[in-house]
Amino acid sequence: MKDALRSVFFIALKDMKAYYFKPPNISWGILFPLVFILSFYLRSPVDFAHLIPGLLSLSLLFSTTSMEAIVITFERMTGALERLMLYPVSVTTIVVGKISGGACFGITVTIVFFLGLIILFPFHLENPLLFLATVVISSFTFSSLGAFVSVSVKQVFEAQTLANLFRFPMIFLSGVFIPVHSLPSMIKPIAYLMPLTYSIDSIKVSFGYQPQIMHPLLSLLVLTVFAFVFLELSVKILKGRMS
Amino acid sequence: MIGEIKRFLSGDDVVTIKELRKSYNTFPALDGISFSIRKGEVFGLLGPNGAGKTTTIKILSGLSRPSSGSVQIMGADIVRDALKVKRFIGVVPETSNLYPELSCIDNLVFAGRLYGIGTKKVKARADELLHLFGLEEKRDVLFGRLSSGMKRRLTVASSIIHDPPVLFLDEPTTGLDVMSARALREIIQSLKNRGITILLTTHYIEEADRLCDRIAIIVKGKIITIDTPEALKKSVSTEKAVDVKISQESPFTEEGFSKITAAVRYEKKEDMFRFFINDLNAFLSEISAFIKKQGLSIEAVRTVTPSLEDAFVQITGMGREIMIQEKGGGK
Repeated sequence: MKDALRSVFFIALKDMKAYYFKPPNISWGILFPLVFILSFYLRSPVDFAHLIPGLLSLSLLFSTTSMEAIVITFERMTGALERLMLYPVSVTTIVVGKISGGACFGITVTIVFFLGLIILFPFHLENPLLFLATVVISSFTFSSLGAFVSVSVKQVFEAQTLANLFRFPMIFLSGVFIPVHSLPSMIKPIAYLMPLTYSIDSIKVSFGYQPQIMHPLLSLLVLTVFAFVFLELSVKILKGRMS
Repeated sequence: MIGEIKRFLSGDDVVTIKELRKSYNTFPALDGISFSIRKGEVFGLLGPNGAGKTTTIKILSGLSRPSSGSVQIMGADIVRDALKVKRFIGVVPETSNLYPELSCIDNLVFAGRLYGIGTKKVKARADELLHLFGLEEKRDVLFGRLSSGMKRRLTVASSIIHDPPVLFLDEPTTGLDVMSARALREIIQSLKNRGITILLTTHYIEEADRLCDRIAIIVKGKIITIDTPEALKKSVSTEKAVDVKISQESPFTEEGFSKITAAVRYEKKEDMFRFFINDLNAFLSEISAFIKKQGLSIEAVRTVTPSLEDAFVQITGMGREIMIQEKGGGK
């Protein structure tokens, strides 16, 4: 266990060192959420503060999934992922390492956005601990989703395209702009299947809003379950593909 | 780990493969191969592209699961004890796939850390390997900026960062220029001298001849034969031949050669004549007399012994060109 955690740390560290500034990561992981934040601010500066929790969750989603597309799909293309499997580490350890690197990237990008926003639009953070816990858990969940998408394809652009199939519906159905309770009843079940829904709801509570879906601790639990399911699926697919 | 290695090394076979099969859908990439590699030897797997060499290395490295059969490395089963086996082995894949975005030292340190080596020790070991492989000056250069020969050397260095007793080299010199390939062969030789057991796959016949203690010839997923290069050459029945280089040629030379009774036939081969003979002594007496009579002199005489290439051609029924064509180049 200790050896596995050590390996997870070094794999994540290596990924951060090697891939943080890869162009697809910058465009999809940093610029895209930034443009999103700016465009919604310019559209309606008065209502903007209400959108901040959703936009922060969105930046987490895009930054983590973009990083996974690089660290997994790119390494599969170059053969570096196969090389990683030559070391005495399990496939689970490798995937957890990759997810951790992506999660760290997501946390960093989101915290930077958060600090920028809190300076520009002074808002009150009701529960910093819940905010931090949600950011950390959501980043691992979204990173696991990114890993699941990335192990299923061969090229980085395919990973980004496939990730968009998950990401874009989440933007509109998870409560970033339209509260989930206002969605038509036919669509609501889809929103409940999206991890972003629980992340936004929990971040909103940390900002002082009332929970719309469930108690924030339950939301964190659901996010954790999502993370494990995506991790398990990623490991299974990767094992199958490599053998 | 050291204790386990010492205990195992009291035996003789380091790698044992029994009835190994691997199929991709219905295509049999490996069709029941069996062989063992002795402690400290360089064992070559020689065959054309698609023969099953890389598949064998992948199974032995734990990257691919066999369809059936067993692989024991240092007494541990590659399927059941994959993580344990991976600590015993170093693997140099066909492509130099270290991280282009990391420097040479960072690549080595990363590899060492995944083998559980402590930071201080791994840095010292990495510097030692950079020195050993002549890459000290490239210590902080990104892997992606190295020449292909240097990339290959660093890939080998990375594979022995944990000082493994067994090393698998998959087509180590493919794609390298002559000088880099020669430098790498010297490195392989030095690793052998350090007592590392090596499995080497290659489609270069000369390379296998030069480096290997024993060679298995593999074709279409089957081992055709296993022996030392010398024994393989001896097993080949070829006509006895002698190459003779003559100081100068006269218009009568070739006409006279056809009358030498000790030669079955002859052919012109570059600047020499190759005589196919039965009795060497009789031929030498006759040719000397003939040359003297013509007022010429012999510059060089060389008996022609079968090469590993001759052995390969005769054993497999394939031509050398198949080894070159399928890889798109030869040496």
